[in-house]
Amino acid sequence: MTTTAPPRPAPAPPPPARPSLGTRVRGLWLRWWRRLTAMRTAIVLLFLLALAAIPGSLLPQRSLNQNAVRQYFADHPTLAPVLDRLYAFDVFGSPWFAAVYLLLFVSLIGCVVPRLAEHVRALRAAPPPAPRRLQRLPDSAELATPLTGPAALDVVEEELRVRRFRVVRRETGHADSAGSSGNGPELSAEKGFWKETGNLLFHLSLVALLLGLAGGKLWGYEGSILVTEGQGFCNAFQQYDTHSSGALVDSGDLSPLCIDLEDFRAEYEEDLTAASYTADIRYGGPGEEGEPATIGVNDPLRLDGDRVYVTGHGYAPRFTVTLADGTAFTDVSAPFLPSDQTTMSSEGALKLPDLGAGVEDQLALEGFFAPTGLMQGGVLTSIDPRPLNPQVAVLAYQGYLGLDSGLPQSVYSLDASQIERGRLAEVGRANLAVGETLTLPDGTAITFTGVSQFAALQFSHDPGQVWVLAAAIALLVGLLALLLLRRERFFARVGPAPDGGGTVLSVGSLTRGGGESATSFAELTGRLRAALDERSPTPSAPPSGGAAPEPEVPPSDR
Amino acid sequence: MTVDPSLAELSDRLFSIAVALYSVAVVAFSAQLAFGRRPARQLVPAGSGGAGAPAAPPRTDRWGLAGLAVTVLGAAVHAGVLVTRGMAADRLPWGNMYEFATAVVLVGVVVYLVLAVRIPAVRDIGAFVLAPVVISLVATGLFLYTETGPLVAALRSSWLAVHVSTAILGFGIFFVSGIASVLYLLKLRSDARGAEAEGTFLSRLPGAVTLDRVAHRTAVFGFPIWTFAVIAGAIWAESAWGRYWGWDPKETWAFIAWVVYAGYLHARTTAGWRGRPAAWVDVVGLAVMVFNLLYVNMVSTGLHSYGGLD
Ligand code: HEM
Repeated sequence: MTTTAPPRPAPAPPPPARPSLGTRVRGLWLRWWRRLTAMRTAIVLLFLLALAAIPGSLLPQRSLNQNAVRQYFADHPTLAPVLDRLYAFDVFGSPWFAAVYLLLFVSLIGCVVPRLAEHVRALRAAPPPAPRRLQRLPDSAELATPLTGPAALDVVEEELRVRRFRVVRRETGHADSAGSSGNGPELSAEKGFWKETGNLLFHLSLVALLLGLAGGKLWGYEGSILVTEGQGFCNAFQQYDTHSSGALVDSGDLSPLCIDLEDFRAEYEEDLTAASYTADIRYGGPGEEGEPATIGVNDPLRLDGDRVYVTGHGYAPRFTVTLADGTAFTDVSAPFLPSDQTTMSSEGALKLPDLGAGVEDQLALEGFFAPTGLMQGGVLTSIDPRPLNPQVAVLAYQGYLGLDSGLPQSVYSLDASQIERGRLAEVGRANLAVGETLTLPDGTAITFTGVSQFAALQFSHDPGQVWVLAAAIALLVGLLALLLLRRERFFARVGPAPDGGGTVLSVGSLTRGGGESATSFAELTGRLRAALDERSPTPSAPPSGGAAPEPEVPPSDR
Repeated sequence: MTVDPSLAELSDRLFSIAVALYSVAVVAFSAQLAFGRRPARQLVPAGSGGAGAPAAPPRTDRWGLAGLAVTVLGAAVHAGVLVTRGMAADRLPWGNMYEFATAVVLVGVVVYLVLAVRIPAVRDIGAFVLAPVVISLVATGLFLYTETGPLVAALRSSWLAVHVSTAILGFGIFFVSGIASVLYLLKLRSDARGAEAEGTFLSRLPGAVTLDRVAHRTAVFGFPIWTFAVIAGAIWAESAWGRYWGWDPKETWAFIAWVVYAGYLHARTTAGWRGRPAAWVDVVGLAVMVFNLLYVNMVSTGLHSYGGLD
């Protein structure tokens, strides 16, 4: 193997004096800051945000459906843990999702704040002087008039003021170094500050919206609970079936509120579509009598910062258990979870650990409830969501439930491992209509006495919500101003007509946003021409020049 | 609340008639393109005295006008589909995917008609708008059809009117915008091939600048409407589901679409993104909207699964 020696490098020029570390860091920082706040970066970050949200919609998310995540782990035992390490099941709370939107918002602030400053300055400053060559503007024209220069500018000023332009007259115009004529008195006008105001309002509202969202997450909490008619709960995390709370919530500091469910009604259409759910409740501080209220779907209870929703409903079959010695426990019940929303067939368990003397004398029922039962081939099914003919199919177990084993148990089913280990044994089964009784071998009688309804209630506290709504409205207002208004600068300058008689009025305009500028410019110059003619003793000469061809893109480049 | 079966049946019949009329319009617009000649300069023989007023509209225009007329008729019948359905069930006719998709396509047709009246050059894209319209409607009828019926409880809110109508409006406008961007991209390609492309359908489309401008203006029109629809949805979700935003799949994709269209509007004002790349962003936006309608309703499950498909 042969190698050729690389050509000797030419002697390097002497290195420039190294700038101090501080200057270099500043330079680097400035360079990155400029790159981050460029529009291009904003576009790329917007797309990254969209891309980052996609896995959150395609993979099950813990925040939406814990069960679906568990199922995914069961179905993909090798893949799921890997995905989990990448936060694929908590996308919207993941560090990388946060990184994208935080970068976007830093970019946004870096982009908008300088513009805000510039805008405030521009609001107070006079419109800038006319550019030297008006013909170079996207729209321009020349009008000849017999009027004198100042009189012609008077006419222009009047027409522009009617159109709500801010107008400034300058007598000298540009100091032309060549000393050529043609830079006579001039006029600059501007309108459409609301467009830029809208732009800034829109982008700043996005920041406000994010802050409201974050605040609501940090100081907000949510608890869910199933409440059977005649029962109630107070707002405390221990009471809820499930709850979640923000990092800055102090669990001792929840709003002191108790809710009692007095009555629950579900109404149905003829085709059994659910038409409405309504719950009659009482709410008030602990120990108070409470105010009555009716809440339902789309109609929560709203109190200062807190809301109470009905998020679902179901049935809780009631039983009376009479032991062989005659001791009766009346109307014990447990909520059964609906497994089918259209027929409200439901499944659940009733656990009675404290019936007898020993831990081995516990009783449990596991079963299936049908609000309108129908026996088909020995199997109970439900054919109607309304409680027209309530029936239960129950399996009765006796033994040790394992409730105090320290492991959490679902309240809606029995612990299958206790059954497998033989500590809980099936002692009877039956299909019961209201009033019917299942008698166990030891003489215990279980009577199905009726059914109560329960409501799934959700208590939510979100202090950021009003803030988010206000930001959303401001965002929309800003967006409309930004998209619908146009920003326009209009310039006019007068000079002597080449043939000596009268004046040539050069006009030009620069438009940003709001569609076609050529037509409105033509309209305005048409009006000007007419106005000039009206003031002139004799009709003006035919105009020279005309609208320049319209550029392909609006001059809003940044 | 009972469903009136004869009105429901009438609605289904009108649906077929609308599809038939739109198909006729596609034929007429295609004829306009096929028999159309390049603008007048090729037609006027040299030295024919120039400034003479143009005679009766050339044949090609007549095909275009016929296409427009049939489209207007189709749109009227199409509106009838929704009106009769709403009357049959005594509610707003957008409670399930079939009704939603039907309404979106109607908005698309109306937006096209408004544009065609205001910008004559836009008439020439009739075939390219109505062909997707026919395809969408046929697919809607075949795959999304749902019997007329009452609404489930969560949908009974005045926010249904606000949120869903604006979503339909926004979607229908984006539909036209997306088509204009696709045509713009095709037109750029055909322009690049120059004389070779002469005489093809594409060479008879309006200029690339016009197409790009139609795409942009419709997107500018649709974006605040879509923004409003998303906000209204959040307000409704707050009262129906107990939170204003929960990253439910439908919400997530509505957000993605919003971000993509914001990206499009930015791209249009940013050097290096203007033209072709921006147009692709617009096309991706439409793809996201369609994906949100089909995939999220049919495959994933979430709170928004009111699609009415079994
Ligand atoms: C959450 C992210 C953002 C959204 C949703 C958003 C949305 C929008 C929309 C809809 C427009 C209107 C475009 C038009 O005039 O047609 C706009 C304009 C604009 N945006 Fe953003 N934007 C975002 C972030 C940014 C960022 C990070 C920057 C700065 C780097 C930025 C700078 C601008 C500027 C300068 C305009 C005005 C363009 C013009 O005047 O023509 N935006 N934005």
